[in-house]
Amino acid sequence: MISLDLAVNAIVAGLLLGGFYAAVTVGVTISFGMLDIVNIAHPAFIMLGSFVAYIVNSNFAVDPILIGVVMAPVFFLAGMGVYQIYYYAFERRGEESIQGLAFFFGLLFVGEVALILVFGVDYRFVEAPYIGPSLHFGFVDFPLRMLIPFLISLLMLAVLQVFLGRTFIGRAILAVSQDRLALQLMAANPSRVKRIAFGISIATASVAGALLIIIQPVEPSIGRDYIGRIFAICVLGGMTSFPGMLAGAMLIGIVESITSTFYGPSWAPAVAFGFLLLTLAWRPAGILGR
Amino acid sequence: MMHGNRSETPLPHRGKGVIPRGSEMGTAKFWIGSVLVGVVFLVLTRWLITNEYYFFAGYQVLQFIVLATAWNILGGYTGYTNFGTGAFFAVGAYSAVVLHKLTSLPVPVMMLIGGVMSGIIGFGMGYLTLRLKGVFFAIATLALAIVAQTLIVNWDYVGGARGVYVIRPQHAPISGSYIQYLYSLMLALTWVSVAIARTIERSQLGLGFNAIRDDELAAEAAGVPTLRLKLIATTLSGALMGMSGAPLPYYVTYLDPASSFNLSYAVNSVAMPMIGGMTSWIGPIVGAVLLGTIQQLATVTISSALNLLIVGVLLIVFVIIAPNGIVGLVQSRWRARIR
Repeated sequence: MISLDLAVNAIVAGLLLGGFYAAVTVGVTISFGMLDIVNIAHPAFIMLGSFVAYIVNSNFAVDPILIGVVMAPVFFLAGMGVYQIYYYAFERRGEESIQGLAFFFGLLFVGEVALILVFGVDYRFVEAPYIGPSLHFGFVDFPLRMLIPFLISLLMLAVLQVFLGRTFIGRAILAVSQDRLALQLMAANPSRVKRIAFGISIATASVAGALLIIIQPVEPSIGRDYIGRIFAICVLGGMTSFPGMLAGAMLIGIVESITSTFYGPSWAPAVAFGFLLLTLAWRPAGILGR
Repeated sequence: MMHGNRSETPLPHRGKGVIPRGSEMGTAKFWIGSVLVGVVFLVLTRWLITNEYYFFAGYQVLQFIVLATAWNILGGYTGYTNFGTGAFFAVGAYSAVVLHKLTSLPVPVMMLIGGVMSGIIGFGMGYLTLRLKGVFFAIATLALAIVAQTLIVNWDYVGGARGVYVIRPQHAPISGSYIQYLYSLMLALTWVSVAIARTIERSQLGLGFNAIRDDELAAEAAGVPTLRLKLIATTLSGALMGMSGAPLPYYVTYLDPASSFNLSYAVNSVAMPMIGGMTSWIGPIVGAVLLGTIQQLATVTISSALNLLIVGVLLIVFVIIAPNGIVGLVQSRWRARIR
């Protein structure tokens, strides 16, 4: 018999985890879902975000979330730079598929190895007042370490959603995702819009990295655990919509949390990937898909 | 589509580049030549080299040739990127561990069984995802690697996360040390996989693969059975990777999930054909010998983390400046001279 409070706690923890997963995935929803750029190096940028937060936090005791937000413009510029290389080397030549994939795969690997060379394989963590205490409602625990990233993540999603829907450049990004050719016929330049959008997608990695190192200690190679998770959520959510992505993230979060509560944490990584494989096989349009 | 020089169709120029296509002489030369090279290589290394280290290093380079060639059968010929080399390789290795615990089969039989296991996984993988866009296949292979690793980590019989020790038999079945024996097996497997790759390249099958790579929709419309061909490619490619993994437990004598599923196998098997050139069987060999040797030298002289950085950086640089690899560069030189 499964005890009720254990199950409820597992579901709550899963929801919080799912909220955080949404922050990790939103960048890929933009780059892969909207721009058709298969950025499998996204976890490497998230790791970079975590380590930037770690360096600044351990030297100057600044709040990690603040660091993530302040560093986002730098990540934005880096993202624009990466897109520029990608555009000139692959997209313009029409060779984006296999060579472009290999390019991002190389970036992922180089990022991981470079971090290992600099920081070693030790687990690093940050200090903040909200790491440790929990809120309690009856028998349900809300650890602040999970709750704060959850809220920040939802806030970031909301800001992005408003930005995409309301601003000129945001609508241009949606237009690129819907029909690149039509945009070109309107005399707009898709690659300029894509550059900005890709910059934004990398900027979210700065915040997501800061959230990650709040939730758990980080070492360079855990980034690759997120590849399957990110793409699973992105595909589950139907690739382009934020609400769909959030629902997918919650689903994966809850299933993972229940798995690790009742079967042990060593099984949790397989869940997301199993989900990904099954979704790809039977429902490639996503749970809310057309 | 992806192999540069889009003004020309890829098939004719490839034939002109390396060996005249379809000429019987070329084919006969290849078979005789490759067997001769293999035998001479085996005999020379066995008689002349006394330092065991060279067999260790040589085994690694040969293993990379097999992995790169196997990857290229799917990635280079049909254009589907597989990032799960580590999974196929490790499934071969862990099959051997299980067989080692249960039976006392000779290593070549273990290689065959490991190959069958990985081939089955390649088939299942392809069956689930190959009807989708190529990108999804690539992501699914990344996912497969983690699922397989999780299963092994939770499987205590093969050591779980702690890993497992495998004790080598005291004597090799043929003369020489056990490492020399494994080295000879890997040399044979290298020959087999290169021969398979070259045979495919020159057969109807290879034409079908190339059609899929250049335009899958057009190929389908022209009556190429694309799904069946892709399944053949994933199965063959996975099986060869599994076969190259099967002797690993005896080679390292200690096997754990973190090292056998290492992402570096995937990076290497992607980087080697990309750097060497993906359109012909020579490309992966060139890439594997080059990168494998560089890594051996870097591991001995500098550090093993740095050599992985070298591979990653070379991969990025090559896909940007030379998307057709070294073989592609040489071929375009060649054509320029002929004109």
